[in-house]
Amino acid sequence: MTTALKIAPGRFDLAVVADIVEPGSRVLDVGCGDGLLLQMLERQKQVDGRGVELSQRGVNDCVAKGLSVIQGDADTDLSDYPEDGFDYVILSQTLQATQRPRVVLDNMLRIGRRAIVSFPNFGHWRVRAELLLRGRMPKTPNLDFAWYDTPNIHLCTIRDFVELADEIGAHIERGVALDRAGAPLRWKAPWPVMNLFGAQAIFLLERGRETGRGAGP
Amino acid sequence: MTPAPQSFESAPTVSERPSLVFGLDQPLVTDGGGIIAPLTIGFETYGALNAARSNAILLCHALTGDQYAASVHPMTGKQGWWDVLVGPGLPFDTDRYFVICSNVVGGCMGTTGPASINPATGRAYGLDFPVVTIRDMVRAQAMLIDRLGIDTLFCVAGGSMGGMQVLQWAASYPERVFAAMPIATAARHSSQNIAFHEVGRQAVMADPDWRGGRYLDEGVRPEKGLAVARMSAHITYLSEQALQRKFGRKLQARSAPTFSFDADFQIESYLRHQGLAFVERFDANSYLFVTRACDYFDLAADYGGSLARAFTGVKTRFCVISFTSDWLYPTSASRAIVHALNAGGASVSFVEIASDKGHDAFLLYEPDFFATTRGFLESAARARGIAPAAAARP
Repeated sequence: MTTALKIAPGRFDLAVVADIVEPGSRVLDVGCGDGLLLQMLERQKQVDGRGVELSQRGVNDCVAKGLSVIQGDADTDLSDYPEDGFDYVILSQTLQATQRPRVVLDNMLRIGRRAIVSFPNFGHWRVRAELLLRGRMPKTPNLDFAWYDTPNIHLCTIRDFVELADEIGAHIERGVALDRAGAPLRWKAPWPVMNLFGAQAIFLLERGRETGRGAGP
Repeated sequence: MTPAPQSFESAPTVSERPSLVFGLDQPLVTDGGGIIAPLTIGFETYGALNAARSNAILLCHALTGDQYAASVHPMTGKQGWWDVLVGPGLPFDTDRYFVICSNVVGGCMGTTGPASINPATGRAYGLDFPVVTIRDMVRAQAMLIDRLGIDTLFCVAGGSMGGMQVLQWAASYPERVFAAMPIATAARHSSQNIAFHEVGRQAVMADPDWRGGRYLDEGVRPEKGLAVARMSAHITYLSEQALQRKFGRKLQARSAPTFSFDADFQIESYLRHQGLAFVERFDANSYLFVTRACDYFDLAADYGGSLARAFTGVKTRFCVISFTSDWLYPTSASRAIVHALNAGGASVSFVEIASDKGHDAFLLYEPDFFATTRGFLESAARARGIAPAAAARP
């Protein structure tokens, strides 16, 4: 009766995210798109899933699939959620498009015990090479936009993200970098190396003592 | 001055339709301290209750709606007001669900209201009818559901004033509502909402034939006042865009203005027609009472001013729907409900449907609205273990 889920090309991070989540947990997927990840999590991990999505089309698709999704914005609507409502708050490939990534992260760790964030790594060697050798704003399969029409207004590198996590007092429980083919980098490398060879990154953050308190709208 | 012996309602009745009577031993005690007994509830049902009694859906009608959600109206001969959504194979699939719709208390289509006979006087209640609230309407519905032997409703759904009843159901009887669909509604009436209702009520009361509410005793009806009330209300149900598209400045069956106060413009003619058609089927005092019920609705006020508290720990799954061009119950009002549900930890979906048809969009076929309703109900039915329609057919 259930049909196979079609994973969008390039979204290798979804399987990694789905793998991290513990079965039966309460999950909020921020920027859930058409609900693919939530569906994967409900089927594979029997989670109690909720979603927030900006686009009308995405929300309609989700609700028509029977997912609990509300139309909303990561930047403005997360502050309405009460503390500790979820085990995981997930932000997949959306952080770079938010107005205030730091506030969003703070909110995520206020609402949930843990946050899972995946994002395209702007420190990847190909991105660096585009700028260094061609002198052009980089375009990659993950970041396939011209500079003048990109929704990605807050791009960061793996190192940038690690620094921000540190700044908001979050504890990095796990960090995975994926290569261009979507395979996790096999060797355990220090961040600078991951930062050079990871095309995308997935981080599992845990609330530190100072995190998630006092993050206002 | 003696009541008609055989008929309980003095408004036109539809006696062959199902109704249940609650006697003097089962009074409805209203929020205002009034007592309604006996209480008759007129209702319609569609489909069949399954053996597990798990597939019942209660539809709550809007201000001037009635129980004829999906059946031909006995007075107007028109199709049911939710014909586009309720029926075999439709989102409210009557091959799969047992759909109930009852006339609200205070109404005039078979449920006790101000046009009914007051047993204390033998005359129509008129303004002696207790001022009822949305919660009183829901209390009466719960009495009906009890009598029908249904413990938990699979879904309670409705738009506008019906949506208020849906919210009240989830707050008053959370354990009896598996899924809830409040549509094009608000958790409280805004100042603007109250203002429009007051204009309508004053129009009724200004009609000399209203007679201080005792018009039924005197054999007249405040038709002009009620028609004006309907005309002004009707404007609030439509968007500026829809009015402009449909009527613009088009003239009614004439090529030039008549330099008079005839209905030169099509919109004037349309509104006059709406007003006249309405007074044919609706009791003026009922209009006062149901508009008042909406005005008094402020769900948060019953929970210390916190709407979230109304829904704390509620297990019901919600699907909140608004329409972009609805300025009577705008999306911001639905968002306030969604925020409260989220804060209360409830399971909630929220969709804003793009439509230029104004508040009335919830009564019309809008593909996204249709798909959302179907998707939400189907997934809830799966979770509730209700067999698909095909398997239920003999």
